[in-house]
Amino acid sequence: MTAQLSSGTAACPGCIATPAEPARPIPEDVQIALSLPGIHCSACIANVERELNAHPGVEDARVNLTLKRAMIKAAPETRAADLIPVLERAGYEAHELDPGALSATQADKAGRDLLMRLAVAGFASMNVMLLSVSVWSGATDATRDMFHWISAAIALPAIAFSGQPFFANAWSALRVRRLNMDVPIVLAILLALVTSLWETALSGKHAYFDAALTLTFFLLAGRYLDYRTRAAARSAAEELTALEVPRAIRLVDGVEQEVSVTSLAVGDLVLVRPGGRMPVDGQIVSGTSELDRSLLTGETLPIFAEAGLVVSAGEVNLTGPLTIRATAVGEDTSLHRMADLVAIAESGRSRYTSLADKAAKLYAPGVHILSALSFVGWYIYSGDVRTALNIAAAVLIITCPCALGLAVPAVTTAASGRLFRKGMLIKHATALERLAEVDTVVFDKTGTLTSGTPELTNLGDHSRADLEVALALAEASSHPLSVSLAKSARDAGIKPARVEDVVEVPGYGTEGTYRGQLVRLGRAGWTGGDEGNQTAAWLAIAGQTPAAFLFADSLRPGAAEAVHAFRDAGKEVILISGDTKGAVQALAGKLGIETWISEALPQDKAAHVQALSDKGRHVLMVGDGLNDTAALAAAHVSISPASALDAARVASDIVLLGNDLSPIADACDTAVKATKRIRENFRIATVYNIIAVPLAVAGLATPLIAALAMSTSSITVSLNALRLR
Amino acid sequence: MEVLAYLIPISLFLGGVGLMAFVYTVRSNQYDDPEGDARRILSDEWDDKPKP
Repeated sequence: MTAQLSSGTAACPGCIATPAEPARPIPEDVQIALSLPGIHCSACIANVERELNAHPGVEDARVNLTLKRAMIKAAPETRAADLIPVLERAGYEAHELDPGALSATQADKAGRDLLMRLAVAGFASMNVMLLSVSVWSGATDATRDMFHWISAAIALPAIAFSGQPFFANAWSALRVRRLNMDVPIVLAILLALVTSLWETALSGKHAYFDAALTLTFFLLAGRYLDYRTRAAARSAAEELTALEVPRAIRLVDGVEQEVSVTSLAVGDLVLVRPGGRMPVDGQIVSGTSELDRSLLTGETLPIFAEAGLVVSAGEVNLTGPLTIRATAVGEDTSLHRMADLVAIAESGRSRYTSLADKAAKLYAPGVHILSALSFVGWYIYSGDVRTALNIAAAVLIITCPCALGLAVPAVTTAASGRLFRKGMLIKHATALERLAEVDTVVFDKTGTLTSGTPELTNLGDHSRADLEVALALAEASSHPLSVSLAKSARDAGIKPARVEDVVEVPGYGTEGTYRGQLVRLGRAGWTGGDEGNQTAAWLAIAGQTPAAFLFADSLRPGAAEAVHAFRDAGKEVILISGDTKGAVQALAGKLGIETWISEALPQDKAAHVQALSDKGRHVLMVGDGLNDTAALAAAHVSISPASALDAARVASDIVLLGNDLSPIADACDTAVKATKRIRENFRIATVYNIIAVPLAVAGLATPLIAALAMSTSSITVSLNALRLR
Repeated sequence: MEVLAYLIPISLFLGGVGLMAFVYTVRSNQYDDPEGDARRILSDEWDDKPKP
């Protein structure tokens, strides 16, 4: 794993045989993980595995279609950069994943543990049910007693093993003198076992071993569903994190070394290539370039960078290579300092109580009182502890929240699955419930409503000759403005002029010789143009006044639809951006957003969201940048696109996987429906209790009635949840 | 009713075998890639055994 970090940067298969520089000796093989978003069939699996296994150095490659991922075991000097082109030639999109960030998913111990307990409870309950059915259908005397004893022998160890999650939860609640859903569950299971044992010992008629086991089984099924939903979201979120492999190029005595970001120290010289992101806070030592700060501040205009400028982790270098000296690394960088703001904002949100907790608060004391009252009542009436205890146990078992335990997880699983297919990842357990309450939507501009790529707006204002020269110059650079200019010009059918000696001057633009004259395309100050507040590239041809190519940030697909859908649904839409007034106003006008705030600092954004919450609004915040992080955490519920910074994704409840924004409005709909289903499920469970509880209190409930009531209510609740798919 | 003396141990044994089989499949990672396994069966390049 470390070997792939240590070698040089060349990316050709030939370099495997002769590494560009001596790698540190690593004896064992490396694990490489690749994300393959495009694979979908058996032919894809076979092709990818064949291509990878044919590659020298690869020892074993295995595709996981469920996770759309390939795990590769390879010789130490093999690097992912060599394997990706192999797959891309075969027609498969591939991205490297950081195996370190994925490790948590592979060792899915908690899920496996829960599944094992579920299986034991399931098998045990089936066996006990078989014996119980014989008792219900008329086994008597010694046969019945023997069946009860065998049931006890199965039920006691099975519950001791599979009921552990409930025992642990109930104990941790009782220790701090609180009641949760697990306390009545544990009490019901234990009381059922104790009275059944007692009855069996006295060769009584009714034993509830089957009820105790089915109860455990259904409740574990609910837990497992809940766990799976969140594990799927967590593993997808981890994959997003793992896509940004944290590497940097460290300069040691002028020699480049590719190292992991965590191993950088203060004072190290770090080389950042064009297109790369600053791994640390620092100061530029040499090089000139332009920096894109939009993820940190929301500004779309790139800033000029030269030696002496202080840079922050997360900024993107656009044109020329920069060498920076690290002044803060890891946890001390401005990126991570933002976490403090997030922690403060988040403390406000944790006060939300989920529907399940609200139900448990009403329910737990209710059933305890009811069961205690029936015990006391029957004891006074009959004077027999055994009868009274039997009835109290029956009341607890019948009211036990089988259906309640399934009511929420079944619905959230169905709803999350549906949203996942639409490209949304529900990270937080109560995110759907909170999303359903939203009445105000706050959008960030750069990178959220806009895609962060510039679009040429005034192509028609220029003469064909100018455009031909501009295209020739633009094609020599990978600056976002040049790329966009070149694309628009090509689309308009422009052919590049013959410009000679084209060179890129990092931080300024490109220049060349056209018909013996110097021509330049670049910053206003360098070409003689006027610095305005709109993003522009200037074309200077000797003897002509410089011509401006104006750019606007292009709208993200689905942005207009999402905004309209929210407005149609009667929600207030607000735009808060760190960008300049002109740019924000233009976009707000274009989308029909009436309330907008420009030049907002990160603290301002969070304060605005907080102010809205204080007025009783339920705010949905949609944002992607570091400057949105605090606001994302302060909002009632938050969404960030997959392109957002890691910090922003961590702070938000829902991640939008695709490029399109329109599923957001859909998600609100689904959330409202899901909450409705959850409430319906609670009502169904209550109706069953209303019918069955009087029977239990009256002493008429038999184990058969308990088993029927429990199973039918659980199954109805699950079926009702499935209607959401 | 003497037949119960055989039938009950047999039913418990069979249940136990089912449980053991399930535990084995979980332990040997057979639920890690359900979708992939469903497709692999159609591939000509079959595996001798599930790889770890």
